[in-house]
Amino acid sequence: MEPPLLEFRGITKRFPGVVALQNVSFSVQKGEVIALIGENGAGKSTLMKTLGGVHQADEGAIFVDGQEASIRSVKDSIGLGIGFIHQELNVVDNIDVAGNIFLGREPLKGGPLKLVDHARMVRESEPFLKKLGLNISPNTPLRELSIAQQQMVEIAKTLSLNARVIIMDEPTSSLTLSETERLLQTVKDLSKHGVSVIYISHRMGEIIECADRVVALRDGKNAGELAKEEITHDRMVALMVGRELKNLRIEGKGVQEANYFAVEGLRTGFKPKQTVSFSVGRGEILGFAGLVGAGRSEMAQAIFGVEPPLEGTIRIGGERVHIHNARTAISHGIYLVPEDRRLTGLITSVCIRENISLPALTRYSTALLVNRQAEKRIAQEQVEALRVKTPSIETIAANLSGGNQQKVVLGKWLSLKPKVMIFDEPTRGIDVGAKAEIYKLMRALADEGVAVIMISSDMEEVIGVSDRIAVMHEGRISGILSHPEFSEKSIMQLAVGGSVAAASN
Amino acid sequence: MKKELGIFILLIVLCVTVAIINPRFLSSANLTNMSTLIGMYGIFSIGLGLIIITGGIDLSVGSVFALQGVLLAMMLRDWSWPWVLAVFASILGVTALGAFHGYLVAKVKMQPFIVTLCGFLFYRGLARFIASDETKGFGSSGFTVLRDLATGSVGPVPMPFVLFIVIAAISYVLLHKSVYGRYLIAVGRNEDATRYSGINTRLVIGSAYAVSMLFAGVAGVLIAFYTNSISPANHGMSYELYGIAAAVLGGCSLRGGEGSIIGIAIGTALIQVLQNLVNLLGIPSSLNFSVLGAVIFFGVLVDQLISQRKRAKIRS
Repeated sequence: MEPPLLEFRGITKRFPGVVALQNVSFSVQKGEVIALIGENGAGKSTLMKTLGGVHQADEGAIFVDGQEASIRSVKDSIGLGIGFIHQELNVVDNIDVAGNIFLGREPLKGGPLKLVDHARMVRESEPFLKKLGLNISPNTPLRELSIAQQQMVEIAKTLSLNARVIIMDEPTSSLTLSETERLLQTVKDLSKHGVSVIYISHRMGEIIECADRVVALRDGKNAGELAKEEITHDRMVALMVGRELKNLRIEGKGVQEANYFAVEGLRTGFKPKQTVSFSVGRGEILGFAGLVGAGRSEMAQAIFGVEPPLEGTIRIGGERVHIHNARTAISHGIYLVPEDRRLTGLITSVCIRENISLPALTRYSTALLVNRQAEKRIAQEQVEALRVKTPSIETIAANLSGGNQQKVVLGKWLSLKPKVMIFDEPTRGIDVGAKAEIYKLMRALADEGVAVIMISSDMEEVIGVSDRIAVMHEGRISGILSHPEFSEKSIMQLAVGGSVAAASN
Repeated sequence: MKKELGIFILLIVLCVTVAIINPRFLSSANLTNMSTLIGMYGIFSIGLGLIIITGGIDLSVGSVFALQGVLLAMMLRDWSWPWVLAVFASILGVTALGAFHGYLVAKVKMQPFIVTLCGFLFYRGLARFIASDETKGFGSSGFTVLRDLATGSVGPVPMPFVLFIVIAAISYVLLHKSVYGRYLIAVGRNEDATRYSGINTRLVIGSAYAVSMLFAGVAGVLIAFYTNSISPANHGMSYELYGIAAAVLGGCSLRGGEGSIIGIAIGTALIQVLQNLVNLLGIPSSLNFSVLGAVIFFGVLVDQLISQRKRAKIRS
């Protein structure tokens, strides 16, 4: 029997503090279309990057045509016939199609002059474009093409490099329905011509249509496979989730005023055709779950005014508020602990005291001169209340650990009596101990009567900490779960676009 | 503090060296002239420093001096405006230009380099056009009050230097003690995070350009009377480079978020002493700029090496 075209055997990859992949194995036959599924952080990208030569595995090996392959660089990977279409397209948009296809290996002419033989590039590009049914001239400047066409050019490029396996990472996230149809047809054609495709996607419908086999990863490990006849929505969801949940539950005092913070018909530039409506009560923690790209951060930034929404009504305590920018949001008591604390949450080169006092500096000043005493007092209070581990409030924020930095970001807002507190991935990159402290702080905030919104991609966190969970999918809320309905399965079902009814199965 | 101490020591060393080699350095005429120059250059260098702290730059100051000088001369001599009005109008006009730059940078989001480079070119041309390329002057008589204010002294100390000390003191409080100063530095360090904290970063950045030009406007009046003859093609030429150099020597990083008023003051003094040094030590004046360039280069290089060593020590 012929050896598989590609085989992963026992791949393990570690990064400082985390094991991204553990003993992952599976094989890909010639001409097979494999769908690689798993939730955020399951290890799909890391695995593909080891195949693509970006990372090297710490243990295990990759076999191509039955021979162990040494992939130490992207060049090695390309040499073995592995093509990678990244989610962010790697095209150069100020040259033409032929130039992109032959980027880095342009045919030359003129002997020592080494001029680019453009005519030859155009000639040699044509067969690949034709094979993909792309009806454009190789002379077309790339920036005149749509994203879908640019993607096709990238595929043509991999074919011109004699790719035998093409990895496609979330290829349809920027495509229209008809463009998606065309891509799926291309995948099927490639497969018919003996080119294997590893298709990474969250879109169950597409997988059902074109995959020969589904390989699932969970927490960096193999989580099972499905043969073509077995591929269904439910089975895929079941493979992606289903592990023991640690109990993170901290009981709160309960909802004090339901629908205190109400959002209706919020439309953002992210997915202008979708609207979001929900409400959070005082004393409640509303979790926002969903896959990367579902639009949660965009919603948070719209509410906080950083990227003002296209339309929508926001009410606090029944009264309508208008939010044009971060300042107005803050003046209404809406605060955001942003996703990237080092970029937008803190000024890392400045000390803790100055970070904490920044949003309300005018309060700690007399006649527009900063009152150092008042400022020190409030900073000291926050540092103590939040138990920030630091020798002093004069320590530069960059020298704090992630968890402590996050507490400083929180400290900025707590002194200002928040009404609505939005946390975007509050414990990303934070160790377990600090995580627990932050959960306690969130619950304490809610108990004090704040309406808390928590965006999180961590299943355990979202299930453990939230009172209710809103799941977003492609820019809209696909469902809101209350306590008895909480389960990884139901969240995942909604996150991939299923329905609440299906979720309660 | 360390950075300021460093250049202060350098300044003292330079002064002592020159004084030993050529005692004329300490003559009252020389000291008076130097402090006048330090005063004038210092005032607008502080303004430039504020812009640099927000992460911006201003290349147009020199050309603005030419435009302001020409208009001031014309207002006083050709149109016979009362001097209070003329001075006020010229400073207000210059400040308005600064506010316009600030608007372009902060609201329209143009790059400061581009905006002020265009200003550099445009205002100079405008000055030449308005003056029909003629050298304008204030004549030898008239406007005695204004002249005394601009070129006189308070005791032994020249007026420009006195004004410089006053403006430096106000700026020190503004930058290091006030809420506005905090915002300026925060915006220069991390504009996004500052915006996410609810500060109107556009107003902060835009106003820095206006304030800077206000200072430049004051300096411009002093400079006009100091030179007393304004040749629109040359007046104020390259002055912005002196200002930027003083700010950089004084510890302002061109990346923004860092700077000290005391540093800028010492930096200005250092540059003027260097120019004086070139004269008094008999160094050919053609090397004037080279000496300046070399000192600034080594000053920044030494500072960089010291801070790299400090960072390495913290890490180990």
